Amino acid sequence: MRLKEMIKQPASRGDLDRRRFLQLTGLSGLGLVLGLGWKPGDEEAIVAAAGTTAVNLSAYIIIDSSGTISIMNPQPDMGQGTFQSVPAMIAEELEVTLEQIRIIQTGGEKQYGRQTSGGSNSIRGNYQKLRTVGAAAKEMLILAATQRWKVPVSECYASGGVVYHKPSGKSLSYGELAVEAGRLPVPQQPVLKDPRDFKIIGKNYPRPDVPLKISGKAVYGIDVELPGMLYASVAHCPVFNSKLVSYEDADTMRVKGVKKLVRFQRALGAHKYDAVAVIADTYWAAYQGKLALKVKWDYDGNDVFDTDVYEQTLRELSGKEGTVVHSDGNFEAAFSSAPVQLTALYELPMVSHSPMEPQNCTALWHGKDLLEIWVSSQGADRVKDEIARNLGIPRDNIKVNILFSGGGFGRRLYNDYAVEAASIAREVDAPVKMIWTREEDTQLGPFRPPTFSAMKAGLSADGKPLAFQHKVISPSMGSTLEDKKDTSGESSSMTEGISTQAYELPNMKNEYVFSQIHIPLAAWRSVTSSTVAFAHECFIDEMAAKAGRDPLQYRLDVLLTKDSDTKRLLLKLKEVSYWDRPLPAGWGRGVAQYEFFAGLGGYVVEVSSTNQSGIHIEKVYMVIDLGTVVNPDMVALQVEGAATMALTAAIKSAITFTNGQTRQTNFHNYPLVRINEMPEVEVHIIAEGGPKIKGVGEPGLPPFAPALANAIFAATGKRIRKLPFNINKV
Amino acid sequence: MASITLTVNKKKYTIEADPQMPLLWAIRDIVGLKGTKFGCGMAQCGACTVHLDGEAVRSCVTLVGRAEGQEIVTIEGISDDNSHPLQKAWIEFQVPQCGYCQSGQIMSAAVLLRENPHPTDRDIDEAMMGNLCRCGTYTRIRKAIHRAAEIMNA
Repeated sequence: MRLKEMIKQPASRGDLDRRRFLQLTGLSGLGLVLGLGWKPGDEEAIVAAAGTTAVNLSAYIIIDSSGTISIMNPQPDMGQGTFQSVPAMIAEELEVTLEQIRIIQTGGEKQYGRQTSGGSNSIRGNYQKLRTVGAAAKEMLILAATQRWKVPVSECYASGGVVYHKPSGKSLSYGELAVEAGRLPVPQQPVLKDPRDFKIIGKNYPRPDVPLKISGKAVYGIDVELPGMLYASVAHCPVFNSKLVSYEDADTMRVKGVKKLVRFQRALGAHKYDAVAVIADTYWAAYQGKLALKVKWDYDGNDVFDTDVYEQTLRELSGKEGTVVHSDGNFEAAFSSAPVQLTALYELPMVSHSPMEPQNCTALWHGKDLLEIWVSSQGADRVKDEIARNLGIPRDNIKVNILFSGGGFGRRLYNDYAVEAASIAREVDAPVKMIWTREEDTQLGPFRPPTFSAMKAGLSADGKPLAFQHKVISPSMGSTLEDKKDTSGESSSMTEGISTQAYELPNMKNEYVFSQIHIPLAAWRSVTSSTVAFAHECFIDEMAAKAGRDPLQYRLDVLLTKDSDTKRLLLKLKEVSYWDRPLPAGWGRGVAQYEFFAGLGGYVVEVSSTNQSGIHIEKVYMVIDLGTVVNPDMVALQVEGAATMALTAAIKSAITFTNGQTRQTNFHNYPLVRINEMPEVEVHIIAEGGPKIKGVGEPGLPPFAPALANAIFAATGKRIRKLPFNINKV
Repeated sequence: MASITLTVNKKKYTIEADPQMPLLWAIRDIVGLKGTKFGCGMAQCGACTVHLDGEAVRSCVTLVGRAEGQEIVTIEGISDDNSHPLQKAWIEFQVPQCGYCQSGQIMSAAVLLRENPHPTDRDIDEAMMGNLCRCGTYTRIRKAIHRAAEIMNA
């Protein structure tokens, strides 16, 4: 089948014909194609096979008659391990090893629904349903074997892609059974394995992407190469919302290899930003052409924005009444009558995601209305949505190829660069690979929202909490990215977790004060918890200090009298960190936890202070509460990574503006933590098995910085209420 | 434009390129080896590290003209089958997350181990400080380099 037909007739059609599906996936021979589907009018997906059930099928398992076992993975891998962990959930129940399967990344086809890696959701969102598909396929293959052999099901079992008949020792491979299995009724409630019998889930299974990533063989978006491909480098204005007046391209056109210029608009959420692309036969020529381009911008009054002024605005707003997001009891009365009162303002800055792979995308138009995209993205479905919306072509006319991503951290949830490449390539009669510079990646956003927290607590004379308030003051992601005029709904996303910690805090009244901004803002790993958790957990520490209590014991004995996951987590942290063991002089340890939509994690950090008021991080202990764990080693990696990212945000970098432009451009002035600055992180996982399952990618981030700051207080008596801070001079 | 002969992983390539083009883009876009990565373009991140006559250089700031007549080794050239001690150790410790920086990490580590077969943590930190990893694989890189040293010295 030719490419155009493949795009025109995507696998999303209902009543999918098995033969065509196999053609689409390049497999040979009829076989078992099993997945999830919706019957018209149904709310819940059912397990369904191609050809046997009249439903819109999202195939997850394809076994062809030659024995090739393909597993579809809808969750892009940005380094968090979904390339293995998502197929692993299917393979476990299907009784195949990870070496036996071919993993195919889905491309935003409608029937797969959400295909976005974000919100620490890839495992917890798929755990039950993908295991069910795997188990159903296994039951069908076993049944097919019993029919061939005319033996009872109870005498057969599956292992390693083969069905065995115990009494006779006969065996048939899945490939030999696939055709017959594909014709059988689909079991709707297959028996899932007892977790004690798991061979893959819960084990430190080596990841199949590792050999590719240490040999230069892994293909990232930036590595895609197509015949006749041209390159694009783009001139963007570093002052947001500027208008392009004109450009002078004589010098650009003199650069050897430059072909043409394309004027277009970068579409980021609801924003449209003017831009000019230089197209050339090498990236270097395109980039040189861009440097030679003289663009006249009209800043339209946006060249006055200044971070120092904006932060002063947020400070002033902290005195205002905001939207009440939680109210319990009577905060005002309890606070004003409390014998001990505490207040503090915490200030967290804008930061950039800065994945190591700069944003890039390759686009090829097959004629006027068929588009093919190769991209590192966190969501093929979102790539399609954003291109379809901005370029006005039907979603089904876009084929998306998802490659490995050189980091995501939330940045690749927003596919403005894919829309850019598609817009540019539309004006070029060749495939075009567009690559941003690191400067563009650093300066053009979207950024994590700057977020201030005004904290208040009233304590009794013996240190018990009587009143508590966490008021968040910030712009919002939705208001900038989606251009929402009504910002009242933003209060919930910008106050993530502050009202739902397990702490027993009476008379709690939490608020949100909205602040306008024109800079594009977006989710950054662990979203708003990456900022509000710092204020929350440092302030709890302030309360403990005011009460004259040990900060961990204060949490356990005063704030967590009832059993909870949080209490269990803190008890585990106390144990693994040897919390009660005395530390050398000049050392201090701090604790913090945070529970939010993605999950629950906590840290104990140990630091030592030096004579020159520098701080050295001696040891980091982390506990993450998961319920069930798929790959413990990958969890440890994610936590180590989250701690590193949190440390960078705490001690290194902020995005700040002068004259409407970011002051930071590249890693020399937007530094990241380097190897010599990163301590060991000892990771402990709470996973007792069972259906309860929490996220991994993000919960390791929010509690790190507050645990560090609390440790610094313990060591030095100094409170850190503004990030980033200089760890070499506290 | 000039005709430039490069020796990459023991193979000769004669390319037509602007001698001012960074070696990185010549390796990636003309020679066609994509394992060497673009990260910053100003020798800040190390993702583009290759060996030039045995020395680790940042190919994003090394002019292709300068590389002529020298032995260039990229990640694709250190072994055909992941048998280099560093690659074995990287697999053993499952070092990569996104993996984008790992070519550069391994190329820097290879020079370290050649010059110092028994590096301390401090030696590793000093040699590897030029290689950024946003995913935070640093502590595993440290362990894997120690392990690779053991494999090499065994």
